[in-house]
Amino acid sequence: MVYTTRYLVCLTLLSLACGGERTPSPDAGRVPATGRGPVLTGAGATFPAPLYTKWFDAYAKETGVRINYQSIGSGGGIRQFIEGTVDFGATDGPMTDAQIAAIKGNVQHIPAVLGAVSVTSNLPALGKTELNFDGGLLADIFLGRITRWNDGRIAALNPGVALPGEDIIVVHRSDGSGTTFIFTDYLSKVSPAWNRQVGRATSVNWPIGLGGKGNEGVTQQVKQSPGSIGYVELIYAISNGLPSAKLRNRAGALVQPTLKSVAAAAAGAKLPPDTDFRVSITDAPGPDSYPVSSFTWLLIRKEDPDTARAGTIYDFVAWMLEPAAQRMAADLHYAPLPVPVIELVRRKIVR
Amino acid sequence: MTASTETAPPTVAPPTTSLERANHGDRVFKALLTVAALAVPTLLAFLVFELWDGARLAIARFGFDFVTTSVWDPVAEKFGALPLIFGTLASSLLALVIAVPLSLGVAIYLTEFAPKAVRQPVAFFIGLLAAIPSVVYGLWGIFVLIPLLRTTVFPFLRDALGFLPLFQGPIYGPSMLSAGIILAIMVMPYIMSVGREVLLAVPNTQREAALALGATRWEAVTTAVLPYARSGIIGAIILGLGRALGETMAVTMLIGNRHEIAASLFAPGYTMAAAIANEFSEAVGDLHLSALAYVAFLLFLVTVVVNAGARLLIWRVARGSAAGSSAL
Repeated sequence: MVYTTRYLVCLTLLSLACGGERTPSPDAGRVPATGRGPVLTGAGATFPAPLYTKWFDAYAKETGVRINYQSIGSGGGIRQFIEGTVDFGATDGPMTDAQIAAIKGNVQHIPAVLGAVSVTSNLPALGKTELNFDGGLLADIFLGRITRWNDGRIAALNPGVALPGEDIIVVHRSDGSGTTFIFTDYLSKVSPAWNRQVGRATSVNWPIGLGGKGNEGVTQQVKQSPGSIGYVELIYAISNGLPSAKLRNRAGALVQPTLKSVAAAAAGAKLPPDTDFRVSITDAPGPDSYPVSSFTWLLIRKEDPDTARAGTIYDFVAWMLEPAAQRMAADLHYAPLPVPVIELVRRKIVR
Repeated sequence: MTASTETAPPTVAPPTTSLERANHGDRVFKALLTVAALAVPTLLAFLVFELWDGARLAIARFGFDFVTTSVWDPVAEKFGALPLIFGTLASSLLALVIAVPLSLGVAIYLTEFAPKAVRQPVAFFIGLLAAIPSVVYGLWGIFVLIPLLRTTVFPFLRDALGFLPLFQGPIYGPSMLSAGIILAIMVMPYIMSVGREVLLAVPNTQREAALALGATRWEAVTTAVLPYARSGIIGAIILGLGRALGETMAVTMLIGNRHEIAASLFAPGYTMAAAIANEFSEAVGDLHLSALAYVAFLLFLVTVVVNAGARLLIWRVARGSAAGSSAL
């Protein structure tokens, strides 16, 4: 009898302890930890995380507002934003209409910087020669329809290059990633076959190829396998000295990915004044636009019952759009937002 | 209890009862230990419940088809985990095929044949191997092992054993076999150190008896030592298998991450743990997340089934006395 009661008490205590931890407190992020000023929490995309860390650090020094950011991935960022466990989210792929409907439209996408995806390959016979591709050709390679490097369609775009007869080894990301979203978004736009068979998402059902974990996994795979082709973030390609292929854009020009050609893509995508910024700028018009570019977004609430928090976030967004902050982006190889986009965002966040 | 002691003859009452009742410290201590002991099964129950709860959406949509189909398409929201289950079992099995003979060989050498001065240092270094984080194994695999395998070992295997479907097809580097080899390296320290302990526990009288009957060292090991230790050795292997089934990081870096069941060991594959680690953070759709939770639930089931099977095996083998069987 004594024993049974004891067990019951223990079990109740345990279940209380476990049950209590299941739902994170919704306002955990807003409690000022030290009283030195407000604290914001955000979570999401890993791709802009190095820049965000730098921004938040500089912002804390200037204003005393501390922002804790967890780079848990875009999917996690959107999920936590919907559940209201963070003050703001961050994502490389915009929220879907269904997700926005789930929170009754109470979200504003704020472009923070620009990202791009670079196509890189390894053909030892060619050394560092940069190859040319167009969208349809790239899609057919990643669909497994073109299997050899000396295929007529590759040769037609690369006159004068002695292409080897090797098999093409396709390398893609195995982890879900914004990079994959941007790349598959582009392929879906330029190739009806890709759109039908694979589509766009942070992870897709790849028809062929090997999966590498992270940008570094894809890079190693490409570096080690002669005859391979893969895609990595532009920043990663620049800082590691990888050859980046030139892609034919919508205007018909062959463009190499650089911070300038990425910014041109954002400028080329003319945004209407009432935009919600959920625009894809892959395959953008304009002769200088690099076609596999994209915004990365902050997710903030349109209407926030906590006006103090809303004010703090708006202040940060305004700061982030200042030339000084955008220059920090360029230092880290992120393409800064073009001026018209900054103007649009400014108008949007004026209360 | 008190009432029964009064009516029963005084000799029946256990002599410690009054002592136990008097000592409050012991009772508190016992209560604390009971809580600690109960915490583990309770945690396990919650874990299973959470996994099942998270997987409900996918279970409702796909049911048992999830286990038997092979398409994994987050865009079309069609999910089938057969290649993942196959990959987990195949890579672990491959690891054991490579690791078991090697590690038992080392364990036997260290306990039966090695000079005294060698035994301790070698055992120490084997222990160190177990302390290396798996991501380091993964990096080493990418930078050292894969280039070696792709340029030397795999072409040799294809030339020598190419008549088997296991060793045919194009060689990429990352593959089921690469993952199996890295897993083998990772589980070897476990099998070696536990196997060594088990062999050390075999009484010397066993060896002496065999040698006294005129057996060679080899015969003494195979007829007297190994049979005596067999259940403990199976336990060591199961420990290694458990580690191989759940290993994530090193495997995902080396297996090629392809949702496909291929006959060739040179072809890329995928495992359950790797798929969860890869896709969880960026899974946006509810069904995608739920499918990953379903995979986690299946991985849990697979480990439970494998471990239960192993217990059964040890129990059957251990009938008759054997060193280490009581510990496992």
